[in-house]
Amino acid sequence: MTGTLAVLGWVPPVFGHPFMRNAFLAGTGIAACCGAVGYFVVLRAQVFTGDALSHVAFTGALAALAAGADLRLGLFGATVAVAVGMGMLGRSGRADDVVIGSVFAWMLGLGVLFLSIYTSNSSGANGTAGVSVLFGSILGLSAGAARAAALIGAMVFAGVILIARPLLFASLDEAVAAARGVPIRALGIGFLALVGLTAAETTQAVGALLLLGLLAAPAAAAHQLTTHPFRGLALATALAIGAMWVGLATSYAVPSVPPSFAIIATAVVMYAGASALHGAARRGFFAGGPNGESLAIPEGIHG
Amino acid sequence: MTLFDYPFMINALRAGTIVAVMSGAMGWFMVLRRQTFAGHTLSLVGFPGAAGAILIGLSPAFGYFGFCIAAGVVIAMASPPVGSALYSEESAVIGSVQAFALACGFLFVNLYHGNLNGLTNLLFGSFLGITNGQVLSLLAVAAPSLVALGLIARPLLFASVDPEVATAAGVPVRLLAVVFLLLLGVAAAEASQITGSLLVFALLVLPPATAQVITGRPVLGMGLSVGLGVSVTWAGLVMAYYTPYPTGAFITTLSFGAYVAARGVRVLNERARSHTAGVAEGALT
Repeated sequence: MTGTLAVLGWVPPVFGHPFMRNAFLAGTGIAACCGAVGYFVVLRAQVFTGDALSHVAFTGALAALAAGADLRLGLFGATVAVAVGMGMLGRSGRADDVVIGSVFAWMLGLGVLFLSIYTSNSSGANGTAGVSVLFGSILGLSAGAARAAALIGAMVFAGVILIARPLLFASLDEAVAAARGVPIRALGIGFLALVGLTAAETTQAVGALLLLGLLAAPAAAAHQLTTHPFRGLALATALAIGAMWVGLATSYAVPSVPPSFAIIATAVVMYAGASALHGAARRGFFAGGPNGESLAIPEGIHG
Repeated sequence: MTLFDYPFMINALRAGTIVAVMSGAMGWFMVLRRQTFAGHTLSLVGFPGAAGAILIGLSPAFGYFGFCIAAGVVIAMASPPVGSALYSEESAVIGSVQAFALACGFLFVNLYHGNLNGLTNLLFGSFLGITNGQVLSLLAVAAPSLVALGLIARPLLFASVDPEVATAAGVPVRLLAVVFLLLLGVAAAEASQITGSLLVFALLVLPPATAQVITGRPVLGMGLSVGLGVSVTWAGLVMAYYTPYPTGAFITTLSFGAYVAARGVRVLNERARSHTAGVAEGALT
C-alpha cells in the first residue's frame, strides 16, 4: 500500500504512523459498509431509523462501560437488538416515526444515566469516554480493534451485496415483490440488523452523534448522481470510502481539525456537490435547451 | 432545609416549568404533523450554535437561538409538502444537515480547547446555577412564542390534519409550516439551555405523544401534554436533587413510562370494547 502511494509524495508520512495505518484499515471497512447500507437506508426512507440507532449505540456503549465490560459488546448488542426489535414491531419491518422517537428519547436518557454512573465510578482517567463514544476516536484504535472493525465492515458489506437484489425489489415495489414470493418481512428485519451492525461499527470511527452523516450523505449523493441501482450502490460505497480517506488525510495535515469533523464535512460537501450537479443537469446547463429545459441529460448524471 | 429553601432549586423549577410548557405545546403540533425527525434535528442544532458562540466570545444563548431558528427556516424551505414522494430524499437532507451541524459543534469545542465538562453541559444540560436573569429571559421568549402559537393554532391544526382541503379553503399552508418550524426552533433553543441539546427532544416528543395516545381532542390533548411535561420535569428535578443521578435520566424515564402506560391502557380498552361488542352481537343473534 505504502509503495504504490509513494508516487503522490505526501502520502507516505501518513502511513508512517501505526495509528494512521490502523485508522485507514478500520476506516475503509467501516466506510464500505456504511456506504452500501446507507444506499438502502435512503432508498427505503429509513434515515430516521438510522438516527435512532445511533443514539442506541451511545447508550449501549456506555452501559457496557458502566458495567465494566468491553465497549464493543454493548455497542453491537444494543444496536442489533433494538434494530431487530424495531423491525418486529412495525408492519413489514418498518416502525412509526413517533414510536421510534419516543424510544430513542428514552434511550438517550438512559445513556446519560450510564455516563454519570461510569464517570463517578471510574477514577478520573476516563472522563473522556463519553466524548469519544459521541464523537468517535478513529485515531485511537489499536491494531487488533482496527482489524476487527475492518473484518466486520467487510462482512456487513458482503451481507448487503448478498441480499441486494431481493431487497431492492422489496424496497421499490413491496406489493409486487410480496406477490412474487419475496420474504418482505424477513428481509426488512435482516436489513435493519445490518443497519444496527453498521451503526455500531461507525460509532467507533466518527462517533454515535455523527454516524448519520456517513450513512446518509454519501448515499444521498449517489441517489442524486444516478438512478441505476447497482451503479448507485457502488457509487455510494466509493463516495463513503473517499470521504473517509480524504477526512483522515485532512486531519493528519491539519492537526487541529478532528478526524470525525473532517470525514463528515467531506461527505456533506460531496452531497452538496452532487445536488448542485443534479440541479444543473435538470435545469439543462449541460444540454443547453432553449428555455433552460433539458433536452437530454448526459450519461452518468442520470444513469 | 427542604429543597425549596435553595434559590438554585427554585430557579431550576421555574425554568423547567417554562421550558416544559413551551415544549408540551409546540411538541403537540410536531407529533401531530409527524415532524419528529425535523424536531430532533432542530434540537441538536443548538449545540454547534452554543459552541460557536462560546468560541467567538458571545453568550451561548445567542448561539442557541440563532442556530435553531436558522435551521428551522432551512428545513422549512427545503421540505416538500408533508407525505409527498420526495420524503426519503428530504430526510437524507435533514440527516446530513444534522450530522454536519454536530460535527461543526465538535470542531468548535476542539478549537476552543475548552474543558470537556463544558461539552457535557452543552449536550446534557445543567439545571444547576440558573440565574434569575436567565429565568426572566426564558419567560420573555416563551410568552410571545406561545401567544404566536395560540394565534396560528386553528389554521395550523386545519393545515396539519388535512393539508389539501386546507389549501383549497385558502389557508396559507406553506407559510404556516415555515412559521411553525420557526416556533419549534425557538422552543428547542429555549429547552436546550436547560436540558442540553441531546435531551430537548425527550420533552418535545414524549409528553405530546402520550397525550395523543390518550385523546384526539386538540385543546384537551395540548393541555394534557403541557401538564405531563411540567409534572415529569418537576418530578425529575426533585428526584435528581435526592439522588446522585442526572435529571435527564429521570425526566426521560418518567415520560417514557407514561407513554408506555398510555399505550397499554389503550390496547386494553380496545380489547375490552371489541369484547363487549362481540358479546352484544352474540346476544342479538
